[in-house]
Amino acid sequence: MTIAASTQLICFLVLSAVVVLGALGVVLLSNIVYSAFLLGGVFLAVAGLYLLLNASFVAAAQVLVYVGAVNVLILFAIMLVNKKEDLAPIPGLTLRRLLSGGVCAGLFALLTRVVLTTPWAEGPEPIGEDATVRIGEHLFTDYLLPFELASVLLLMAMIGAIVLARRDVQAVDPGTGEIADQGLIEKARTPLLVDQPPS
Amino acid sequence: MLPELLSGSVPLEAYLLVAAVLFCTGVWGLINSRNAVRVLMSIELMLNAVNINLMAFSSYVDGQLIRGQIFSVFVITVAAAEAAVGLAILLSLYRNRVTVDMERFNLLRW
Repeated sequence: MTIAASTQLICFLVLSAVVVLGALGVVLLSNIVYSAFLLGGVFLAVAGLYLLLNASFVAAAQVLVYVGAVNVLILFAIMLVNKKEDLAPIPGLTLRRLLSGGVCAGLFALLTRVVLTTPWAEGPEPIGEDATVRIGEHLFTDYLLPFELASVLLLMAMIGAIVLARRDVQAVDPGTGEIADQGLIEKARTPLLVDQPPS
Repeated sequence: MLPELLSGSVPLEAYLLVAAVLFCTGVWGLINSRNAVRVLMSIELMLNAVNINLMAFSSYVDGQLIRGQIFSVFVITVAAAEAAVGLAILLSLYRNRVTVDMERFNLLRW
């Protein structure tokens, strides 16, 4: 570790402040586009925390996958479903928020108590910058099967996302056998499930 | 924890507390969001909190074998797959119901 201890402490405090405030912003802001960009900031700050923990490979993976892929995917989803709709008020919303806030505060108090009262074992000295080499050794020896399974999982997720998100358009009408109208294909499909009136 | 923090080094508990705050914020957002995209964002926040925990333990307790870093790589993989499939489901839902309001996705409710 070449960073002096006080610099490390300052970096930790700044990064954790960004993480906490950004997470609150993601949850509480009313504009969802701001939320998505703040989420990118939270991901970057978490990558900075990984760097403080001597994990440069995982920090790079975090920036590539989360900021580069997941956040962009979320922004695209916001653009695709961005319809201004005023949400119908539901009864007991404030009570629900307060109750869930109480539950989350209780969960946080429980976690804090566990964290502060448990005598954590002191481990061996961290290997620092050799971590990337060690990760490669792990991935190709004792974690080889999960690594290959992860690739299959990614393939399955890719196919599943394509199947779920594509629009079913057939060139030939299955009922009459005629060539489908091109205008019908271009036009957005009408909603299948008509909204029931709220009971 | 506090004397270590004042002496300049970052203890393990500080990372765990930041992760706990992040996780609880994610849980609150998951319960209270009405926009389906925000629900997915809250899930990502919770996954990141778990990752911070794994990385902190791998650095402080398991410094030589760093199994926690392997686990967080796998968690990042699964999170990417989950986000792709979740957003595809969301798009499909939006096409059918023309809304992203979680309160109106109640077809399977009793």
